[in-house]
Amino acid sequence: MSLAEPAALPVAASAPRRLHIAGRFTARFKASLPAYLLLLPSLVFLALFTYGAMGRVIIDALYQRATPKAPLRFVGLDNIAAVLADSAFTGAVINNLIYAVGTAIPSIGLALLFALALARTNVVTSALRAALFLPVLIPMVAASALFLFIFLPNVGLLDYYIGRLLPVLPNWLGDPDIALYAIMIITIWKNAGYYMLFFLAGLQAVPEDVMEAAHLDGAGPFMRLRYIILPELKPTFLFVIVIATLNAVTQVDHVFVLTQGGPSNATNLVLFYIYQQAVEHFDVGKASAATLLTLAALMGLTALSFRTMANREGGP
Amino acid sequence: MKLIDKLHRDAPLATRNEITPKLGFLLTILLALAWLIPFLWMGVATLRPASDGINLMAELMPSLKPTLDNIRDAWEIGDFPRYLLNTTIICTGILLVQFVTITLAGFAFARLDFAGKTPIFYLFLMQLMLVPVLLIVPNLSLVVQLGLYDTLAGVMMPFFASAFGTFLMRQAFEAIPTELEDAALIDGASLIQRIRHIYVPLSLPSFSAFAIISVTSHWNDFLWPLMVINSPDKRPLTVGLSVFTKTAEGTQDWGVIAAGTLMVIAPLLITFLIFQKRFISSFVTSGIK
Repeated sequence: MSLAEPAALPVAASAPRRLHIAGRFTARFKASLPAYLLLLPSLVFLALFTYGAMGRVIIDALYQRATPKAPLRFVGLDNIAAVLADSAFTGAVINNLIYAVGTAIPSIGLALLFALALARTNVVTSALRAALFLPVLIPMVAASALFLFIFLPNVGLLDYYIGRLLPVLPNWLGDPDIALYAIMIITIWKNAGYYMLFFLAGLQAVPEDVMEAAHLDGAGPFMRLRYIILPELKPTFLFVIVIATLNAVTQVDHVFVLTQGGPSNATNLVLFYIYQQAVEHFDVGKASAATLLTLAALMGLTALSFRTMANREGGP
Repeated sequence: MKLIDKLHRDAPLATRNEITPKLGFLLTILLALAWLIPFLWMGVATLRPASDGINLMAELMPSLKPTLDNIRDAWEIGDFPRYLLNTTIICTGILLVQFVTITLAGFAFARLDFAGKTPIFYLFLMQLMLVPVLLIVPNLSLVVQLGLYDTLAGVMMPFFASAFGTFLMRQAFEAIPTELEDAALIDGASLIQRIRHIYVPLSLPSFSAFAIISVTSHWNDFLWPLMVINSPDKRPLTVGLSVFTKTAEGTQDWGVIAAGTLMVIAPLLITFLIFQKRFISSFVTSGIK
């Protein structure tokens, strides 16, 4: 493509030169055509379900119906104002923040512990890794079905074995003060094994001879963790934190199956709120406004993940 | 402690006598056992006869008189063969279309030079960022407009293009030496022939890694099919299981719920136990699905 750059030759007059540029443009387009045809199938579906969906969210958020049968009318930012004024939404946001922090920190901490303990490969560690990884594979709905019984008052697994030690049996999913934490336990159980894989991969990069040298210099296990392993794992941490946060917003199937956002909205999370507005109240305007706000809130995070991923993919 | 010493035999000589790593290892063993308890309960409860009563339901010691009644009941109450068929159709349909779209797009990014390559690359990257689950509301209205509401095609369609798969294939194709393609070019092979006969056969490991990620994530998908599907006979396993659980919960039939759950997750678990290494390495490459 870099052969005979005409820009370097100041001979041609301006009119033919413009033609020349246009010609070059069509030539470039013609040369690119096979690539465009190969990309077309993907771009059609991305346009419909990703970029188009983004556009539709923005437009839908600007319109509202006075009654379910009334025609759509333009309401500007009223939907967004209505969502922000809705205590169910702000409650869902606060719940989701607690849920995000309360699931990300324990599951990442456990994942790091598992990875450190199982970094060497032998029959025993492989079996333990598999055991910790099993929950990752099963649908959240199946995990919910199992935990429905685990949390069942009086006769459930938790009360049967641990409940006897407590003076009053808690109603794990029925008490508004506890339900959100019960939901978090399921998420931690399901995700720790997934994040463990990334730490296991990250630990491969820690050089063994440096560890040994540090030991000879008198560094104990915690010093080595703090000054050698953790700095080496920094990119892994960033990456896993991004995934854990995205999961905290998107992976909420157990709320649908176990609590329906209850009791008294204690486990209502943002995605469930959006679903309720759209499917139960047929309020597409409000659902879109809530979607838009959530997407905007994730913007900072996604910008971060964008950079992490661009680095991982190695750029175009 | 002897046993744990044995497992640390290949640790560097200097650190072999430290106690903290061994305590961490012990803790991990305990937690791994705790991690298995829900699965253990599922197995034990599935085989427990109804005559044991509700008070023994939580007992993790297997019953002395195991029975397959719960499995039979779950099979009869829930429409599991139908759900399994629907999930299989959804996963296979998505995967087959994805194979075509990601191969073509991955090749374009790996081997072709074209105008606007960088912006188009970022357009693809955007799909990874936008988290498809959040776009359920606009996508549902599009599926309705396309006349695909309450169809399996409607469930599949949003996933036909995959940025993750495109990047995976791009990486695989870039690793293939161009000399092979040049030879085929001299023999007069067309673009599609070169992809079909050189690039695809040499990238089978990447295809299988992608297949594992794609099938597990769509096998487990719940919210999207819940919104698109209305008729009971078109439900996938996840939606079917949630309805089944609701029904059996009313009658306190925990053994049947355990049996139903077992049936839903058994295919994935068995496949995982057979291809364990492959699953784990694919999940590491996945990052974001």
